[in-house]
Amino acid sequence: MALETPIVEMRGISKRFGELQALADVDLTVHRGDIHALVGENGAGKTTLMNILYGLYRADAGTTRIRGNEARIAGPRDAIHLGIGMIHQHFMLVPPLTVAENVVLGDERGGPLLDRRGIEARVSELEARFGIRADPSAKIEDVPFGVQQRVEILKVLYRGSEILIFDEPTAVLTPQEVDDLFQIVRTLRGEGKTVILITHKLREVMAVSDHVTVLREGRNAAQLVTTRTTPAQIAVAMVGRELREIAARSGTPGDVVLEVSGLTAPSDRGGPALKGIDLGVRAGEIVGLAGVGGNGQSELAQCILGLRDASAGVIRVGGVDVAHDDPHRTRRRGVAYVPEDRRVEGLVLPFSVAENFILGKQDRAPYARRGILRADAIRREGARLATEFDVRPADPDIEVGSLSGGNQQKVVLGRELSESPKLIVANQPTRGLDIAATEYVHERLLDQRSRGCAILLISSELDEIRDLSDRIAVMFEGRILAVLPASEATEDRLGLLMAGHVEAVGERSGTSPA
Amino acid sequence: MDVLIGAGVLAATIRLATPVALAALGGVVTERSGVVNIALEGCMLVGAFFGVFAADRTGSLPAAIAAAVVAGILLAAVHALAAITFRADQIVSGMALNILALGLTSYLDYQLYSTTGTPSTIPLVPNVHLGFLENAPVLGGAIGDQSAIVWATLAIVVLLQLFLFRTVPGLRLRSVGEHPRAADTLGIDVRRTRYWAVLASGALAALGGVYLSLSVAGSFSDNMTNGRGFIGLAAMIFGRWTPVGALGAALVFGYGDALSVSLQGVKVAGVEFPVQLLSTIPYLLTVLAVAGFVGRSRMPAADGQPYESEGH
Ligand SMILES: Nc1ncnc2c1ncn2[C@@H]1O[C@H](COP(=O)(O)OP(=O)(O)OP(=O)(O)O)[C@@H](O)[C@H]1O
Ligand SMILES: [Mg+2]
Repeated sequence: MALETPIVEMRGISKRFGELQALADVDLTVHRGDIHALVGENGAGKTTLMNILYGLYRADAGTTRIRGNEARIAGPRDAIHLGIGMIHQHFMLVPPLTVAENVVLGDERGGPLLDRRGIEARVSELEARFGIRADPSAKIEDVPFGVQQRVEILKVLYRGSEILIFDEPTAVLTPQEVDDLFQIVRTLRGEGKTVILITHKLREVMAVSDHVTVLREGRNAAQLVTTRTTPAQIAVAMVGRELREIAARSGTPGDVVLEVSGLTAPSDRGGPALKGIDLGVRAGEIVGLAGVGGNGQSELAQCILGLRDASAGVIRVGGVDVAHDDPHRTRRRGVAYVPEDRRVEGLVLPFSVAENFILGKQDRAPYARRGILRADAIRREGARLATEFDVRPADPDIEVGSLSGGNQQKVVLGRELSESPKLIVANQPTRGLDIAATEYVHERLLDQRSRGCAILLISSELDEIRDLSDRIAVMFEGRILAVLPASEATEDRLGLLMAGHVEAVGERSGTSPA
Repeated sequence: MDVLIGAGVLAATIRLATPVALAALGGVVTERSGVVNIALEGCMLVGAFFGVFAADRTGSLPAAIAAAVVAGILLAAVHALAAITFRADQIVSGMALNILALGLTSYLDYQLYSTTGTPSTIPLVPNVHLGFLENAPVLGGAIGDQSAIVWATLAIVVLLQLFLFRTVPGLRLRSVGEHPRAADTLGIDVRRTRYWAVLASGALAALGGVYLSLSVAGSFSDNMTNGRGFIGLAAMIFGRWTPVGALGAALVFGYGDALSVSLQGVKVAGVEFPVQLLSTIPYLLTVLAVAGFVGRSRMPAADGQPYESEGH
């Protein structure tokens, strides 16, 4: 194997964005027919390196060889021509178009008339060859994330790609969808394709990859063979230190803080999203809400916060009914919210770190006096929280949009946790975060738990749910199928429940709310 | 009954709907590609003027129509340059061009025709007489004697509908308006697509203008489009950004307009019908349409957003 010319060979790649050296003298060697994992913390430069390979960015220095020949990749068109395809971190699909139309867009073949049937037949053929399932005539906006991702894969396969780049493909997938994806990836390898896989999850690296390249702060930190390494070794290369074990759970929960009973609510599309939810969370307790995304978890969070109107039922926080309160009043009762998508709901990206820290409190002293904002007080508080919550760089004046995902999330946490909340509703708090940032978020949540805060943790990461929760509720199609004590929530059992198999509840635990 | 659905009212409906429909079609093309072009009003106005001007100078109808369309395209080109190349605010650019078009046409009209009015000898767009309908009761009066541009508009609606939803370039145009970055990564030229769409919208609106001046009025007068370009944009929204829908919406607006004429002086239960109120119907419908009260219309996702490709 050492004698074979690598299919991708990048040497001495450097790239600056203004003041920031995103990549410095980075090498990447990928062999044909390999699954090559590219790992590193948020902001390590993984996406930047792949954007250079795909021609979206131009490197300031360095060379790229494809199949041994030096390649000048000035744009995606050149990359496609060389057989390189990219499955982007944020899907590049046109929602109102069909699966098949998205696959062939830009390379429709045939005459100027749109031959729908021909196109769908071609896409079906491709699906059969690579064992990918997706209805070619379905509209993208109607299919789940997992299917949308398969469409992205079909797109690059359709263009004859030999080298497939996956940028964090599993971040938005359910465990089942992740399994399906890896099955597809293995089929691709079997067909002689080369796969470059960016991920934060070491489990996935160990499960599917052949080689690993680790980046840290824009430099090569390690190049490893998967079978001859351990997750711990990769983690050390990524973070530069050993990871901490999550502290054991202890302490007894106190009074019921959140009490939801008989809650029903409509979805955005009109149908019911919640069909009678009963759930309780006590002080000093983390209740994990597991479930495949889109089964009502986000709607439940929105109802508690007052962002969505319930059609029936009661939501009590500390004994007070908040079902008809607006978010402002709910928050004043001590409810903190870590929304699902920090970039859309959690932050105002063009605002500074300090401004984002005080959003929602901007009308109060000391941040405002007689309706006038006080910049110095805001900056001082911003600087204090930036340090306390380890935002890097700890500069209160920097635009939040320019921070890495992990640091953006720290800003959200800093704002939400700084006021000693009674209840925290955290929806996918570590989505897209690297392991160090994930660890940090987990520690902060556990701190709050020890302080006596009640926490409702919504996550599609089973590991996260199981590591942190005292009790685990599984949601399926707008209902809570079961609430299990953490000790009884095995991965298999949760997996079955998430797929709607009620019989997995078992005899000992019922669906009691609190 | 005749004042509601008589041949006269229907013929007027079609006459009043046609320029609105053409502006709406222009709106559909440009907004489907992701560019908002409120300069359609101005494109229409320059079309109306330069149609008359060229007809006067050359005496040739084809030359007049060509000049009108070119004028509309040129004005749209300025908008395209501002909106696509320089990523300027599309509303500001469009509004500025509307004011420019109004000033320019009024000035030229004053300089050239203030004493005499526009000449009455200029060639006009002929009507199409459908002889076989002559004796058909309502239909004959409604469509038996309409301008060639009316029929052209109908053809354009059909062709545009097919183009957008049944051809490859149409698919690409829609993808550019929904998700330009996705289109870009697939090698579709976003800027070029948008340029073509904006220019086409200018041509369509100008045709609407020429219909007003060389078919309906037979002359040009200051600000003769009188907001029809904007009503066209409302018809586009009302029609959910499809050519067929836009035509339907334009006909609804045209009917409202026609009624406010035909109901003039009509007494209902001894009281004269309040025509002044009635003539606000098209505008009321417009506001309702734009506010999204009429059905759930979804605009192209990238409508009005400038696109900057990522390559550095
Ligand atoms: N277009 C850009 N302009 C300015 N800075 C950028 C740009 N793209 C990336 N950066 C910066 O370059 C650095 C590397 O970013 P990159 O997106 O490659 O990281 P990553 O390893 O993919 O991280 P993540 O795991 O969060 O996706 C970051 O500090 C990022 O803020
Ligand atoms: Mg990335």
